[in-house]
Amino acid sequence: MKNWGFKISRPRAIDFDTADLAEYSKLVEKVPSAKRCLMCGACTATCSAGNHTDFNFRHSHLMYRRGQFEGLAEELDKCMLCGKCKMVCPRGVNTRAIIYNMRIFLNDMNYKNIES
Amino acid sequence: MTETKKHFWNEYQKEIAEDNFFYERSCIRQSFFPGSETIFLKILTDDLGKNIIDDPNQHTCTGIGYHSDVVPFDTTMTVVGRLFSLMKDSGVRNYVPSCVTSFGVFTEVVETWKHFPEELEKTRDNLRKATGREFDIPENIAHPSDIIYKYRKELKEKMKYQLVNRHTGKPLKVVEHIGCHYGKIFSKHAVGGAEFPQVLAGMIEEWGGEVVDYPERRHCCGFGFRQYLVMANRGYSVANTKKKFESMKPYKPDFIVANCPGCAMFMDRWQYTIAEMEGITYDDNKMGIPVLTYEEMAGMLLGYNPWDLGLQIHQVQVEQLLDKIGIEYNPDDKFIGKSGKYLGEPEKPENLVVDYGK
Repeated sequence: MKNWGFKISRPRAIDFDTADLAEYSKLVEKVPSAKRCLMCGACTATCSAGNHTDFNFRHSHLMYRRGQFEGLAEELDKCMLCGKCKMVCPRGVNTRAIIYNMRIFLNDMNYKNIES
Repeated sequence: MTETKKHFWNEYQKEIAEDNFFYERSCIRQSFFPGSETIFLKILTDDLGKNIIDDPNQHTCTGIGYHSDVVPFDTTMTVVGRLFSLMKDSGVRNYVPSCVTSFGVFTEVVETWKHFPEELEKTRDNLRKATGREFDIPENIAHPSDIIYKYRKELKEKMKYQLVNRHTGKPLKVVEHIGCHYGKIFSKHAVGGAEFPQVLAGMIEEWGGEVVDYPERRHCCGFGFRQYLVMANRGYSVANTKKKFESMKPYKPDFIVANCPGCAMFMDRWQYTIAEMEGITYDDNKMGIPVLTYEEMAGMLLGYNPWDLGLQIHQVQVEQLLDKIGIEYNPDDKFIGKSGKYLGEPEKPENLVVDYGK
């Protein structure tokens, strides 16, 4: 292919024909408190892993809710499951359980094997 | 149509002058689609018998520079004032800018003068100091597509062909794309407003075609001035066009028609770019979807020689469309210049299929 000096930007719009929104229902069944999340970002602000990497729990959770799984498994691998985010959550969301279960479900969908 | 509907639809109509026009050519159309403006003038004078002035002293409206933030609005207003002064000299009062960007600039400037009369006085003063010229505000500003739309029924009577597939007898499926600066800046200046632009759809339906109503029908073509002109942003430009193509592809359109120079250019040329960058084409034969200007569409149906219309300059070749309609053409003449000299065939792309059928 020729070098054009630019690439076609990937759209950020969510294609609901391909996005699997049903997966999030499975997660909510396992962790009912996930429904209470209002995406305030307190979890991300206090995240130890986020201090050293670009890990962002709020963003990962939002992507999962929207059925956008591409690259998510690698993101979630950055989490150490320390649970600090759970302690600061103003809505009492079990964030640690969300990450743990997202990893399992992504593994089931063959997005990536859990290494840890 | 019920009385209530008629009442509301009246609000979406615009006044289009009947005769005696002053034509302003586009800066870029004569390079991209060199036959379109000439054919428009021929249709107006030869087929419709109208009077239109094509003044050789005309110049840019500053549109591209203005929308790229390199020309200040005061300068734009003064340049527009000079163009209006040429119209005043010619003795007509109806202004017809060929380009949709120019159309947007003129409507914006006139609207500014209406709400801020001091700006009008300042512009008159600036023009007087710079050139000693005086100008009048046009009585009517109409885009050439408005005029073709107005006379679509009269033109139909003169047409040799219809937008019908001669093999199946079914109407051709046509994607119509309206330039954003035609109806999205001041919707009252567009036939059908910003919500129901009818200017191209009306032509297509009158001439036998079927309009494709696809999800991204009103999405920008991707030009966007800054998005294209700065290379670092060019990926956003082509991404916009790609979004439109992906949305229209399932409807299998026979061709695309646009009323804006930038839209026709980008929807045509970006098909080549997407094909060469990612190997993607948006028709079954990997030849791309032909893109026409509305003048080319009208000229083609009126029976003008496709090579006089400039259809050989298109990136996506149009022979497949001409064959569908049954338009006669000589493939050997495709690259014969106006002087009669053979100009040579352009290099063929790697992925976008080009087949001259000779």
